[in-house]
Amino acid sequence: MRSLLRLPGYLRHHWRSAVGAYVSLVVVTASNLVMPSLVRYAIDLGIGSGRVSLLLWIALGIVVVACVRAVFAFLQGYLSERASQGVAFDMRNALYDKIQRLSFSYHDRTQTGQLMTRATSDVETVRFFCGMGLLQLTNTVVMTLGTSAILFVTDWRLALLSLSITPPLLVIVVGFSRKVQPIFMGIQQELARLNTILQENLVGVRVVKAFAREPFERQRFGQQNLTLFGQNLRASRAFATVFPIINTLSGLGTLLILWYGGRQVASGQLSLGQLVAFNTYLLLLLMPLRMLGPLLGLATRASASAQRVFEILDTPLEIADAPHARPLPPIKGRVAFEQVSFAYFGGQKVLDGVSFVAEPGQVVALLGATGSGKTTIINLIPRFYDVTEGRVTIDGYDVRDVTLESLRRQIGIVLQESMLFGGTIRENIAFGVPGASLDDIIAVAKAAHAHDFIMSFPQGYDTPVGERGVTLSGGQRQRIAIARALLLDPRILILDDSTSSVDVETEYQIQQALRTLMKDRTSFVIAQRLSTVRHADLILVLDRGRVVARGTHQELIRESGIYAEIYDLQLRQGSQPAGEAGPSEARAPGPDQDRRGRQAPSQAPAPAC
Amino acid sequence: MFHMRFSAYGDEHGRYDPRLLRRLLGYLRPFAGRITLGLLLVVISTVMSLLGPYLIKVAIDNHIASGDLAGLDRVLLLTLGTYLVGGACFGAQLYLMGWIGQRVLARLRDQIFDHVQRLSLSFFDRQEAGDTMSRLVNDVDTLNQLFSMGLSSLPLDLFTLVGIVAAMLLLNVRLALLSFTVLPFMVASTVIFARRARKAYRLTRQKIGAVSADLQESISSVRVVQSFARERVNQERFDQLNRENRDANVGAAAVASSFFPTVDVLSSIGTAIIVGVGGALALRGEMTVGIIFAFLSYLTRFFMPIRDLSQLYNSLLSAMAGSERIFQLLDTPPAIEDRPGAIALPRLEGRIEFRNVSFAYLPGEPVLHDINLRIEPGETLAIVGPTGAGKTTIASLVGRLYDVTEGAVLVDGHDVRDVQMASLRSQMGVVLQENFVFSGTVMDNIRYGRLDASDEEVIAAARLVNADSFIERLPEGYQTEVMERGANFSLGQRQLIAFARAVLADPRILILDEATSSVDTRTEQLIQRALARLLKGRTSIVIAHRLSTIRSADRVIVIDGGRIVEEGTHDELMARRGLYHDLYMRQYRAEAEEAESRGLAAGLDGTWAPRLAEC
Repeated sequence: MRSLLRLPGYLRHHWRSAVGAYVSLVVVTASNLVMPSLVRYAIDLGIGSGRVSLLLWIALGIVVVACVRAVFAFLQGYLSERASQGVAFDMRNALYDKIQRLSFSYHDRTQTGQLMTRATSDVETVRFFCGMGLLQLTNTVVMTLGTSAILFVTDWRLALLSLSITPPLLVIVVGFSRKVQPIFMGIQQELARLNTILQENLVGVRVVKAFAREPFERQRFGQQNLTLFGQNLRASRAFATVFPIINTLSGLGTLLILWYGGRQVASGQLSLGQLVAFNTYLLLLLMPLRMLGPLLGLATRASASAQRVFEILDTPLEIADAPHARPLPPIKGRVAFEQVSFAYFGGQKVLDGVSFVAEPGQVVALLGATGSGKTTIINLIPRFYDVTEGRVTIDGYDVRDVTLESLRRQIGIVLQESMLFGGTIRENIAFGVPGASLDDIIAVAKAAHAHDFIMSFPQGYDTPVGERGVTLSGGQRQRIAIARALLLDPRILILDDSTSSVDVETEYQIQQALRTLMKDRTSFVIAQRLSTVRHADLILVLDRGRVVARGTHQELIRESGIYAEIYDLQLRQGSQPAGEAGPSEARAPGPDQDRRGRQAPSQAPAPAC
Repeated sequence: MFHMRFSAYGDEHGRYDPRLLRRLLGYLRPFAGRITLGLLLVVISTVMSLLGPYLIKVAIDNHIASGDLAGLDRVLLLTLGTYLVGGACFGAQLYLMGWIGQRVLARLRDQIFDHVQRLSLSFFDRQEAGDTMSRLVNDVDTLNQLFSMGLSSLPLDLFTLVGIVAAMLLLNVRLALLSFTVLPFMVASTVIFARRARKAYRLTRQKIGAVSADLQESISSVRVVQSFARERVNQERFDQLNRENRDANVGAAAVASSFFPTVDVLSSIGTAIIVGVGGALALRGEMTVGIIFAFLSYLTRFFMPIRDLSQLYNSLLSAMAGSERIFQLLDTPPAIEDRPGAIALPRLEGRIEFRNVSFAYLPGEPVLHDINLRIEPGETLAIVGPTGAGKTTIASLVGRLYDVTEGAVLVDGHDVRDVQMASLRSQMGVVLQENFVFSGTVMDNIRYGRLDASDEEVIAAARLVNADSFIERLPEGYQTEVMERGANFSLGQRQLIAFARAVLADPRILILDEATSSVDTRTEQLIQRALARLLKGRTSIVIAHRLSTIRSADRVIVIDGGRIVEEGTHDELMARRGLYHDLYMRQYRAEAEEAESRGLAAGLDGTWAPRLAEC
């Protein structure tokens, strides 16, 4: 419950709405308490005194009080929603900001779905508690105090008697909500199971049909359907038991009042109006008490949700600008690793004493088996991770001494899994330079050999991609990613030159695009292709986090046994048809061919962890 | 046949359609007896709950006012009796109606699922899984809301309203009619607000959807975002979406918050009328305090049923849209069914024959033209050809996953349309490119091939296809749970599981769509060896991508443009220098060149089997 204590801090930013809501609440409660008294006066004074005008005044009073109550009830609902939506707004923004800035290593450990749940449903639970929840809790307290006070003032014995039904009522209400919550969770679980069966059946329909397993599937589904039915029935049963009990208990309160109060009236100690009012107050008291069960459940859930939200917000940023960080001035592109060691979160060293220098404009090829540390090296240059020992410098600046933004803006990255975003092709190319002109975008698209296929879409550069747009093939996505990097015009380039399997023509196009991209830039390439390795100025052969050989292709093929071995093993396994093949050898690519790139999963080694 | 492209949102509202409603009500017919009982319980519990205020009126007027305490106790006991009886009936009807509602839903789910099982593959080609899924989940849920709430509350609410009106009229006609004047306003404002709230909340759902979508994208692409230092631009965009969501919610709150106060004012006017007029009448001796009390009690009970009914109407409209989609699905006839009098196939030898077969998925767009083909028992036939040439279609026709447009497909001399599909397919094994694994254990997944297989038989099957070595290395061996979509297995491993499944089924005819996706060299070798054992002794059709598979086939056919263009063994076809030769050369020359440039021997043998990728 401690996490709930931090919520007032969020409410403080919306204190006007919050205070307004609580003031309204008090007014509404007061009106609620006044109302039965008005009815009582009507009965006792109006009817008793025989003055019609008094009656009419009281009737008018009822309407006026009702109008006041209505206005403030509206304000209460509206303002509390405004405050709570404000809290949710702030929380989501803070979460988004945080999630964006959390380092790679955090995202390595955390699932997307987890973060999503926290930023959506957890925030919603907290919001609901901040608004309606807290307000209702306050209402319960104020109402209970107010009505009890009035009841006791009217007749304390009658008050004690009628209030005697509240403890059992509370026990039942709270106990019920505790009991019914797991039942509802059970329903959700069984429903999820049913949906899984269904989904698998639909996705795996060819297997089902091929093995003629329809009867088995029917039986499986039917069984789970029955389980779900049973679970639903448990909920029905719980409600069917508890609702009548609560209703009867409330009714019992009225009967007790009449039983005892009737005697008081008969002996003249209580007026008839008071008796009627008494009963109304009791009903007023019972209403919020009935809500208490669900409210306590809400508080428990909100507390857990708030804890999950704060967990993210409280995560320290592992990678952030140092206090003294300066912007990195425009660089030439000299990259140096000085005795760099690195270990992922709590793990073993994946880099061990790596040193090398890449001069401006050089192409550095990284070669090695899966897990040898290639990906780690390229991740350290834009400071996606911080080195464990040693340092990485660019033009002599330690990457930890410059601002992240100025550093990363000068580094272009083309990864093998080319991530595109919802939006148009144009927006995707301009991803790193949001204000880029169309001319610039077309220029880089041409250089990346993407212009032609982009223009083949009816909407050209304004073609939407992603879930609601066209589906691009692996090769097309990669060329857009290359154009995206070109637009940045970075001095340092990092790329993974493996393509997911594409046809020969596309392969050739990608090769040409990559060549354009690497020209005059310091480039780091996770090499999968023979051509890349052969043209590299420096080849670093990695094995278990160490540089075991370095030099040019010619030097290494002569001198290094391990190079020959890795070269043989890795480049052969990852061999693609026709690394050097020209378009003349290729058949014209059809849409089907290109699509294969998307279906066939990459055969390149996964990023080392 | 089915032009059904609907966005499947649960909050979509349909129009009121009496035919749909009648059909929905048809599902209640089997429960007519129970529903009658439920209605009886509703009547009793309503009468009991409405008797309460009346009895209290009697207590006040006849006993308290006159000091008749013994009489008071009698009436109070009677009232307690009505509470107990009413409560019991209320609970019983709640349970009964809940039971019926859930029963109907379960039946409907079963019915839809059964129907989907009977639909042929052409349906699934056209219909996305997500859409069918949505009908079974979201649309059935709209009915859930209708049934679970409606069955119980509709009669209760209607009867309560009628009962209150009757009771008030019985107690005092004039006062009753006067208090009823607020009723139309209550109904009108409820209806108006319900409509506005629906609109407002629809907007909030759209906005939160946009927030979620942006969030999802940002999280899954956070690495790219950081690489391009785009955090600030993204934050601004998110801020905007977040703000729109907040404003939409506050707007909806404005609508929702004005609802109850409006009704409250109306019902207070009712109270004022009762107090003012009733009081005045009491002064003239035409009215008692007890009646005023009863009227006030009845008035507070007026509003709930009205609100419930308006909510019910909303769910009815949702259910209309939902049930329309469900019935559409249920009314889709299966394209392929056993014909009456279809015979059960005896154990097959495995001879397959295509006689002048033509086939089109869509009318006017033929995929296969006049295919004639004979495959002898035990023969392995490799099909080679460009993508879209019709290879998969040929394989699908053997198991009658589709019906031929012209000609006939015969198995052991029987036209596949004349035999029971189950008897045909149970003697066929299929291993697909995308090897689907179900949730459950590895053991369950292999056993899918033959449900009555013992554990030992499953393990033997796995061993035969070399799957046992990796399975035994799993943390819980054969009992290891498969994660969603087999995420904890590599492609190669999933393929081996699929092989084991096929072996266990021990089919006479095997259809194999060879995977193009590459696997590591070791798994590749395992698969190759497993394949050889799998094909042995069965009639096999292999849609082949691997050179080694093609070479080991008894016969190769080359398909192009829906026709068989070449036929023969690998060597014969190479010698012919036709399309096969072209395909082969185009694919391998490049690799051969690259291999040469390395100064390494071009190892085009079984240990390093390059793929004859589709081109």
